[in-house]
Amino acid sequence: MSKQEQHWEKSKGLLMMTLAIWFVFSIGIFLFGAEMNEVTGPFGYPLTYWFTCQGSLGIFVLLIFWFANRQEKIDEEFGFSERGDD
Amino acid sequence: MIKGNFIDNLPKVYGIYTGGFLAFIIIMSIAEQMGMTAKTIGICFVAFTVAIYAIIGYLSRTAQADAYYVAGRQVPTVFNGMATAADWMSGASFVAMAGGIYFKGYGYMALLVGWTGGYVLVASLLAPYLRKFGCYTVPDFIGTRYGGNLSRFMAVVVLTVASFTYVTAQINATGTIASVALDIPFQYAVYVGLISILLCSMLGGMRGVTWTQVAQYIVLIIAYLLPVFWISNKMGAGFFPHFMLADEVSRIAELEAQFGFVKNSAENLKEVPKGLAGITKAHSAVNATPWAFISLALAMMMGTASLPHVMMRYFTTPSVKAARKSVGWSLFFIFLLYSSAPMLATLSKLSLIDPSLPTGIIGKSIAEVQSIDWYQNWNQANLMFVSDFNGNGTLELNEFFMGGKAVVLATPEIAGLPYVISGLVAAGGMAAAMSTADGLILAIANAISHDVYYKIIDPKAETAKRLVVARVLLVVIGFAGATIAALEIQGILGSVIWAFDFAMSGLFFPLVLGVWWKRANKEGAIAGMFLGLVSGAAYLIWVRTGGSGFLGITQLTFGIFGSAVSLVAMVVVSLMTQAPNAATQKMVDEVRVPAGKSILGKQH
Repeated sequence: MSKQEQHWEKSKGLLMMTLAIWFVFSIGIFLFGAEMNEVTGPFGYPLTYWFTCQGSLGIFVLLIFWFANRQEKIDEEFGFSERGDD
Repeated sequence: MIKGNFIDNLPKVYGIYTGGFLAFIIIMSIAEQMGMTAKTIGICFVAFTVAIYAIIGYLSRTAQADAYYVAGRQVPTVFNGMATAADWMSGASFVAMAGGIYFKGYGYMALLVGWTGGYVLVASLLAPYLRKFGCYTVPDFIGTRYGGNLSRFMAVVVLTVASFTYVTAQINATGTIASVALDIPFQYAVYVGLISILLCSMLGGMRGVTWTQVAQYIVLIIAYLLPVFWISNKMGAGFFPHFMLADEVSRIAELEAQFGFVKNSAENLKEVPKGLAGITKAHSAVNATPWAFISLALAMMMGTASLPHVMMRYFTTPSVKAARKSVGWSLFFIFLLYSSAPMLATLSKLSLIDPSLPTGIIGKSIAEVQSIDWYQNWNQANLMFVSDFNGNGTLELNEFFMGGKAVVLATPEIAGLPYVISGLVAAGGMAAAMSTADGLILAIANAISHDVYYKIIDPKAETAKRLVVARVLLVVIGFAGATIAALEIQGILGSVIWAFDFAMSGLFFPLVLGVWWKRANKEGAIAGMFLGLVSGAAYLIWVRTGGSGFLGITQLTFGIFGSAVSLVAMVVVSLMTQAPNAATQKMVDEVRVPAGKSILGKQH
């Protein structure tokens, strides 16, 4: 497998992981919205309510930064990162 | 100021700007103490901020194609994040979102999840790859990746349908705010709004829009957060509302159980002015089926990843790496406002319905409520209404009606904040609507000037001529949008959601598969864009004209049907026709790697 193919395989793996986490917090948990809302979540809000106000939203922010860092590492590993800085 | 090492000085420039804006707020509040009228304060806020944007727009003027189309590709990550957040958060987010949460609770909050979750798709599936591509516009990517004028043209069509649906709503919102703040009729205010919008974008294109959007973000976020924190502190609900409103949320649930949701008869509801609603849904309980929630969130997420005015913001970063990080910053800046909207809805609702609070009106006598100053003001503005349906002389929960906008616009006044806050909120709403309208008009005008005029009609046109065409189109599209907005055909929020559905119907899969599926070819992409858009639009028309729909897909989520058709059409047609040639396959390989030259040159 060429370097480029390996790089793409790893990138695809990261994509799948990112999308899996995304799926859980944007779709998965809301399949059980009614049941989850019986539980008290962070700061004392009902759990599902908290996810819709803050939880899922905040997790998406962290997820994107995590994804960006991991992808940068993959690019560096194969010597595909850009020259110069931003 | 904008010349030389402007980029290095950005934190300083915008730091001074923010300080200046805060000083302006303080001066206004002193002026209010000294007797300046509410109307003058409103005019000052809107006029002062719009003048600043116009100055920034003028200073950013340019005669270069890459500065005009992609701001010279030198916008740093954090600032691009702010600009994207302003681009993204429209008048609807600013004025209508808290109201939607106030009235509909959980079912509506699918929009919050959808409008943020979509950025994960933007960051992981599209933005960095399109940045590597080096395109000026979204159709530029479609046209180069798949080849042929027809695919490029189809992309322009989808972009125009989606963005134009969106932009009329934004011009409408600037008109509404300008007409209230400047006290002029709506038909004229729409054009005042339009001219303000064009001042930011006409001379500098994307460069002008970028730097005004950063300025607009600063105004709109201060205008949103300051009242939320202030009201929360004033009510004694907690100094940091986001972490401290659990008691208030459970108190609302308690009151809801105590009052009950009494259903009004159709006859009684006829009395209520159009556009106003009562509280009929639980605040924090799950009040929608899983599919209703998930389908709406999913449609908004896929729509986010297909809207060209958002995508093109990531063409302006210096590198692929910066584009990825910039998506994270965008969402962070959006999160600041979106996570505050439910808090504002909670504070607003509790302050109105809790009889134990001095501002609470439920349980008071109708005559007493009707004599409150703020009630009279907002009743006159057609945003509040009470009526004694059961004739017992006391106001019940089901006898109080309010417009969705009132949650943001009236809550400061109800909580007893000085008028200066209301002026600030008007400036914030104006900033939110203007920044989105600018991004949208620019997306349409750039696509038509670059992709239709330059790439298809006259590929030999000189830069100067191209930029004249781009500017003329900007004005024409702006006026077309304003003319339709002046007719007041559709509500703000409804047409915003439709724009997402149109965009995802036609563009989501052609964009994503363009990067992630090498086998996707021209014929497939054209079929995907055409059949996706047509089937989505047909479904919308069918449901609007009395059709029952299927699988629970409503007029707000028709993009789910449209994009499914688009996916099937694209895969089937691609596999039935020839694979893309070796050069195209190699191009896709190069797009997948950050290093190396972009596919399209710096000037193209």
